[in-house]
Amino acid sequence: MNPNLARALTFVAGDPNGDRVVPPTGFTARLTVFSAAAMAFLAVFALALSLATGRLADRWSDELARTSTLRISAPADQMAAQTRVAITVLETTPGVAAARALTSDEQRALLAPWFGPDLPVETLPIPQLIEVIEEGGGYDSAGLRARLQAEVPGAVLDDHTRWREPLVDAASRLRWLGILSLVLIAAATAAMITLAANAALAANAQVIQVLRLVGARDIFIARAFVRRFTLRALAGAAAGTFLGVIAVLLLPSTDIAGGFLTGLGFQGAGWIWPLFIPILAASVAFVATRAAALKTLKERS
Amino acid sequence: MIELDDVAYSYSGVQLFFGVSLGLPAGSFHFLTGPSGAGKTTLLKLCYGELLATSGQVRLFGADARQHDRDQIALARRRIGVVHQDCQFLDHLSVTDNVALPLMAAGRTAQQEYDQVSDLLGWVGLSKQAGQFPPELSGGERQRAALARAVIMSPDVILADEPTGNLDWEMSQRLLRLLIELNKMGKTILVATHDLTLIRAAKAEVSTRVLRLRDGRLQLAGADL
Repeated sequence: MNPNLARALTFVAGDPNGDRVVPPTGFTARLTVFSAAAMAFLAVFALALSLATGRLADRWSDELARTSTLRISAPADQMAAQTRVAITVLETTPGVAAARALTSDEQRALLAPWFGPDLPVETLPIPQLIEVIEEGGGYDSAGLRARLQAEVPGAVLDDHTRWREPLVDAASRLRWLGILSLVLIAAATAAMITLAANAALAANAQVIQVLRLVGARDIFIARAFVRRFTLRALAGAAAGTFLGVIAVLLLPSTDIAGGFLTGLGFQGAGWIWPLFIPILAASVAFVATRAAALKTLKERS
Repeated sequence: MIELDDVAYSYSGVQLFFGVSLGLPAGSFHFLTGPSGAGKTTLLKLCYGELLATSGQVRLFGADARQHDRDQIALARRRIGVVHQDCQFLDHLSVTDNVALPLMAAGRTAQQEYDQVSDLLGWVGLSKQAGQFPPELSGGERQRAALARAVIMSPDVILADEPTGNLDWEMSQRLLRLLIELNKMGKTILVATHDLTLIRAAKAEVSTRVLRLRDGRLQLAGADL
């Protein structure tokens, strides 16, 4: 067995004698479990936010970067002709993989959020949209615009850059804010557990004194506190993570119309990430309690 | 075992004692007497590394206590059994667990070692109290339980600080007999006490040296004892 895993299992299994020497303290126990649970609950949402915004940033920067929209405004009787010309121009442009005019149904769906269903788009002077899919290194925007200006005067090429870049930037920042939130949650957990551990150490000053008198080394005394706080943090964080995942599951399912908010959650392998929250909380508790205990014991020597 | 060489100790600018030299050879039995406040408990604390001398040298098993780190002090204490005046028990643990505490602290988990706890409680006459908790014991029972805890690690040296301070004559004699038994097994004993009758009773049965700490100096007690 891996020596580190063996050590971890031995630690979790614990030394029943070591556990008994420190009396159970109800207040710090409840405080630690509650703090770990609350922080894990928040961590689930921070993680979901970070992953969702990450997906959004990736989609906006990858998928949308590969598409453009050509808008053709022309009198109704010239619309079809100009559309055909535009598609011909696009299909002969290097870097364009495909060009396709949106159907009436697709255009109606795009307008539905504003005008409702059953909009008679055929009778309205609505521009015709053409979806352009790029390939390779993409097309030469300036060159394509010049050709379109000459052959389809009413065409306007939108390569999405104007609105996509700030959105990708915002999504990327949100992702980092999510990660920063996770770091802050971990730090706050460490701070609360350190305070609880210090309170427990102060409350057990007599126990520490007696243990020293009978020949206990600092590491034995520290271990009794460290194991207790680590397992409490693990249990609390497991409960908080479970509740957080349930809450995320109860969020509305992903819906294109709902946009970003309905996509806040985990997808695919992303569901594995919440499992690391209790382990992270236990690790934070282990390090925080050990540092607090050894510092206190050193100060009292 | 334990040696003090020209040791002085002072606190808050007050010198408690000075020029103290003392050797506790293996198998010896010493009494330390003197008036209250003379520094008997402090001298014992120097002997098990609880305090460090202001000057001079305290050697625990041949090594300068001042050079010990906390782990080394802990290891030295496993070779020194201490009976404290106030017993220093953990009230949430049973008598059995309190006696076994040094074994737990040393990480010794073999069952046969824990079986010795029952034997020791029988030896000090506390078999029936094994499952009780320290606050439920009488003064004499607490001192005998403290003695059992002091010897559970089979230490080389046993230090007792006023072990009969709160006991009646009969209980004092009983505790003394246990200490004498231990000395006859080869253990080094140092008992701090102001109970002269206890010292006289011990001298009648075993070879002892009686030291008196007074006016800041340690001296061999005279024939008045």
